[in-house]
Amino acid sequence: MKLSPRLAEESNQKLNRRALLLGGAMGAMFAVLGGRMRYLQVDQADALQLLAEENRIAIRLIPPARGLILDRNGKLIGGNEQNYRVLITRESAGDVELVLKRLASLIPLTEDDLAQTLKEVKSLNPFVPVTVAERLSWTDFSKIALNAPSLPGVVPEVGLSRHYPLDYDFAHVVGYVGPVSEKDLAEIDGPDPLLSIPKFQIGKIGVERWLEDDLRGLAGTKRIEVNSAGRVMRELDREEGLAGTDIRLTIDADVQNFAQARLGEESAAVVVMDVTNGDIICCASAPSFDPNLFVRGISFAEYNALTENDHRPLANKAVSGAYPPGSTFKVVTALAALDAGATTAEDKVSCPGFIEFSGTKFHCWKHGGHGRVKLQRSLAESCDVYYYDMAQKVGIDKIAEMGRKLGLGQRHDLPMSAIATAAMPDKAWKLEKYKKDWRIGDTINASIGQGYVLASPLQLAVMTARIASGLAVVPRLVRAIGDQEVPIGEVLPLDIAVEHLAAVRDGMNAVVNSDQGTGKSSRIVEPTMAMAGKTGTSQVRNISAAERETGVVANDDLPWNRRDHALFVGFAPYDAPRYAVAVVVEHGGGGALAAAPIARDVILRALYGGLPPLEAYPESQRGRIDTMLKELPLRDPVTGMAPVRTKA
Amino acid sequence: MTYLLYSQKEIPTGLRKVLYLSWPLIILIASVASIGFLMLYSIAGGTLDTWAWPQMQRFGVGMVLLFIVAMVPIWFWRSMSVAAYVFAFFLLLVVQFFGTVGMGAQRWIDLGFFRLQPSEMMKFTLVMVLAAYYGRLDPRLVSRPLYVLVPVLLIVTPTVLVLMQPNLGTSLMLILAGATVMFAAGVSLWYFGAVFALGVSAIVGVFTLRGTPWQFLHDYQYKRIDTFLDPTADPLGAGYNIIQANIALGSGGWSGKGFMQGTQSRLNFLPEKHTDFIFTTLAEEFGFVGGFSILCLYAAILGFCLFAALRNRDRFSALLIIGVAANFFFYIAVNLSMVMGMVPVVGVPLPLLSYGGSAMMVLLVGFGLVQSAHVHRPR
Repeated sequence: MKLSPRLAEESNQKLNRRALLLGGAMGAMFAVLGGRMRYLQVDQADALQLLAEENRIAIRLIPPARGLILDRNGKLIGGNEQNYRVLITRESAGDVELVLKRLASLIPLTEDDLAQTLKEVKSLNPFVPVTVAERLSWTDFSKIALNAPSLPGVVPEVGLSRHYPLDYDFAHVVGYVGPVSEKDLAEIDGPDPLLSIPKFQIGKIGVERWLEDDLRGLAGTKRIEVNSAGRVMRELDREEGLAGTDIRLTIDADVQNFAQARLGEESAAVVVMDVTNGDIICCASAPSFDPNLFVRGISFAEYNALTENDHRPLANKAVSGAYPPGSTFKVVTALAALDAGATTAEDKVSCPGFIEFSGTKFHCWKHGGHGRVKLQRSLAESCDVYYYDMAQKVGIDKIAEMGRKLGLGQRHDLPMSAIATAAMPDKAWKLEKYKKDWRIGDTINASIGQGYVLASPLQLAVMTARIASGLAVVPRLVRAIGDQEVPIGEVLPLDIAVEHLAAVRDGMNAVVNSDQGTGKSSRIVEPTMAMAGKTGTSQVRNISAAERETGVVANDDLPWNRRDHALFVGFAPYDAPRYAVAVVVEHGGGGALAAAPIARDVILRALYGGLPPLEAYPESQRGRIDTMLKELPLRDPVTGMAPVRTKA
Repeated sequence: MTYLLYSQKEIPTGLRKVLYLSWPLIILIASVASIGFLMLYSIAGGTLDTWAWPQMQRFGVGMVLLFIVAMVPIWFWRSMSVAAYVFAFFLLLVVQFFGTVGMGAQRWIDLGFFRLQPSEMMKFTLVMVLAAYYGRLDPRLVSRPLYVLVPVLLIVTPTVLVLMQPNLGTSLMLILAGATVMFAAGVSLWYFGAVFALGVSAIVGVFTLRGTPWQFLHDYQYKRIDTFLDPTADPLGAGYNIIQANIALGSGGWSGKGFMQGTQSRLNFLPEKHTDFIFTTLAEEFGFVGGFSILCLYAAILGFCLFAALRNRDRFSALLIIGVAANFFFYIAVNLSMVMGMVPVVGVPLPLLSYGGSAMMVLLVGFGLVQSAHVHRPR
C-alpha cells in the first residue's frame, strides 16, 4: 500500500506522539517503582532489618552442669557422668536402615531400639539428629569412632548425665532426677527457660528436688543462625552459663553404707544424729533401690517390681514412716511425770501385772508383774504398769507437751520428700480429728507409745538426741551449699530440769547395762563407748482377752505383716553423749532382739570411724559378730563398688 | 519486493550492518544480564554451577540468536510474521492437547536440549503480526470498528488458550503488549476508555457477587486476592512470600548487606529467590543503590528502544520496536510491583535477571528483531 507523503508524515507523527505518551507512562511507572523502593529500603529499613534479624537468629540454651552432691567428707554421692551417645542424621546417612544395620553389628542394639530410631528419624526433619543409643561403654564408643567412614550420618557425642555412684545407699535421701513433666511445670513459678529443653532433667524427690534451685545452675545461651527450615547454619556467639552449686550433706557416706548393708533385706530404717548439733550422720531406709534406674528411664517391669514389693523399697521409712513408738515412748511419759512433780526418781509403784481403770484391765507385758518398781527399773525392765500409773497421774496433755518439746508430732524441715508429722495426740487433737472426747484408756495406751501416738525414726532420733544432750537440737541434713556453710543456729538448752533428764538417762543406761535390762544383750563393753537406750516393741494388732487366756501367739508363728514392729532408741557414749540412734524394724518382732543390735553396730561404726572392733562387744558374742561383720555387703573402700546384690 | 525495500536509499550489507547495530542497547542488555549472573552466583552460595553457569550459556546462545536475527533484513521478518503467528498458535493448540504438565501450570514442548514454551513464542509473534497488520492498514481506517475487531481477535484467541493452561501471568502480558501496539498504531482512545470502564465494572462485579452462587472466581482465587490485600493475615501461608520479600528488600537498606551477605536469601527465607523473586536478593545485598541502578538500566534500555522507534519512519518497524519494548516494560513493571507488594503474586519473571532459559532466549530474539528494524531502517 502506497500512501501519499503527506498522509505518511501525518500517521508517522501520530505514532510518534503516542510513542512519547507511552514513554511518559513508562517513566511514571518507573517513578512509582522507585518511590516504593525508597519507601521500603529507606523509610521502612530499620523495622524490616529487625524482622530479618528475628528471622535469622535463634537463641539456644546451653544446659549448665548440675551441682554435685557430696557427703560430709566430700565423697561423691550424686555427680555428672560423661554420657557417650550416638546420634544419626537422616540427611547425611542416606540409607538410614543400612547404616543402622551396620551400627547394630558394632554395638549391642535391640530390634526395638532400631525400630524406635527408624520411626523417630522418619518423623523429623532430615537434618535433625536422633539419638540411637545412650550410655555406651568406652569400647563401643571407640568402635563407632573407628568405623566412622562406613557409617555416614552417624555422630558419636559426649554429654553429661546424672549418676549416683553410691546408688542404693542414698536413693531415699538424695532421690533422683528425671525429665520435666507437665506437673512439674505447673508447680514451678516463673519457670526457668531451661525447663523447656527437651529431656532436661530436674530433681524429682529428695535433696535433688528440694535443693533443685541451687543444684540446677544458670543456663548459658548461644546465638545461632538458622535458615527458614530451622537448620542451624553456624554459631554466632555464646555466653557460658553458671554450673549448679555443690551441696555437701551432713551424712557420712561410709556410715550410711554400713547402715544400709546392716539393715539388709529387712523392712527397716535407721537414723544416726550428732546430739551436739543435730547433724544427721546416717539416714538409711531398707530395702532400697537404684536411683540410676530412674535417671535412665525405668522399665515398666522394674517399676512394677518396686511397687509390688511388700517391703516398699520406694518409701523412705526413716522420715516418712510413722510407727507407734511402743516402749521407747516411756522416756517421754517418765519425763512428763518428773516434770509435773507427780513422782520422783525414787518413788515406787507396785506392779501386779495389770491395772484396772473404770472396769477395764490394762496388762503389763510381764505376766505376774514386776512387783514394786522405781523409775530406773521401770525403764530397764520396761514395766508397763508403772507408766499406766504415771499417765493417769499427769494426764495426756502434760505428756503431749513433753513429747512436743522432744520433737514428736512435729515436722522436722529437711530437704527430703514426704517428711512425716506423725502424731503426738492430746485431748484437743482427738476432738478435732475424730470429733470424740479423750478417754482414760487413750491416756493409758499413749503412756506406753501405743494407741494414737505415732513417730518416725527421725523424730525418735531427735527425741533421743535432745534427752542425751539436754539441748533442743534441730536436725540438719545440709552442711554446706557451695562454699557457704549452713549455720547450725543457736542450740538452746531444753526447758527440762537437768536432774530429770539425768534420771531418765540413768534408766536408759540400766536398759542396756544392767543385768535385768531388756537391751542387755546389745551392750557395748568398751567403757568409753557405752551405750544407753530404750527398747520398744509396738503391736500392730490387738490382743484379745481370749488370746491372752490361751497364751499370746509368738511372733515367729504369725505372718510377717502381722508381727510386732521392733524399735530401739539409744545414744553413746553414755558419759559424754555424741550420737543418738533410732532404729525401726518393721514387723521385726522384739525391739531388744531385732532393733537394738542394729543400733549398736551402726553407732559403733559412727563412733569408731571404721569397722567396729570386736573388743567393743561382749566376749560371748564376738564369734557371731565377727562372722556377721565379715559377711556385710559393704562397698570396697577404694573402688566404691558394692558387692553384687542378689535381689532388690 | 516491498515498499520498504524500494524506499531504501542505501541498504547496508555485510560487515557494515554490524556498525549500524545499536551498540549501547547491546551493552546495556549484557550489563543487566551480567548482574543477573552475579546474583545467581551469590544465591547459590558462591557456586557457579548451580544457576549462574547454565544461565550464562543460555545468554550466550541467546546473544548469537540476537545477532543472527538482527542481520536478517526486517522485511524478511515482516513477510514471515503471519506465518510465525500461525505457527505459534498451532503449537499452543498442540500443547493444549498433548503438552506436558509441569511446574504447576506451564506447558512446553520438549525438544530434547530445550523446552519450548509456545506461550513465550506467542508474545513476539503477536507483536509481529499486529505490527504487520497496522503496517499495511491505511492509517485512516485504524479506528473503524471492523478494523479494530481484527487485532482484538488476534490478541484474544491466543490469550484464551494461554489462560486455559492456566498461565495468568503470560496471558496478561499478551493483552498488555497487544493493547500497547494498538494504542501506538493510533486506535481511538474511546476504545481504550470503553475497555477500561468494562474492566472496572467487571472487578466490581467480581467482588459484589462474591459468596453468591453467581461468583466469577474460584474460592482459592478470592483467597489469593485477600492475601494480597492483607498479607499479614496469613503470615505462614500464602502471605509468606510477600512478607519475606518485603523483609528482604527493606533489610537491605540504603547500601545493602553486601555481596553474598543477604541473610534472607542465603537462609532460604525467600521463596523463588533465583527466579521470580531475584530482585529481592539484589535489593537485599546491594540495597536501594543497587535496586535503583537496575531500575535506571532498565529505563535506559527502554529509552533506547523508544528512541529507535521514534527515528524509524517505517510503521511496521516502529510498531514492532514499541511492541517488544512494551513487553519488556510490562514484565519489569509487573514483577517489581509484585515483589514490592504492590500487586498480587503472579508468576512473572524479571527479564534478563531471573533464572530461566525460555524467557531469556525469546527476549533476546525480540531484541534481535529490534536491532534488525534499527539496522534496516529507511534512511
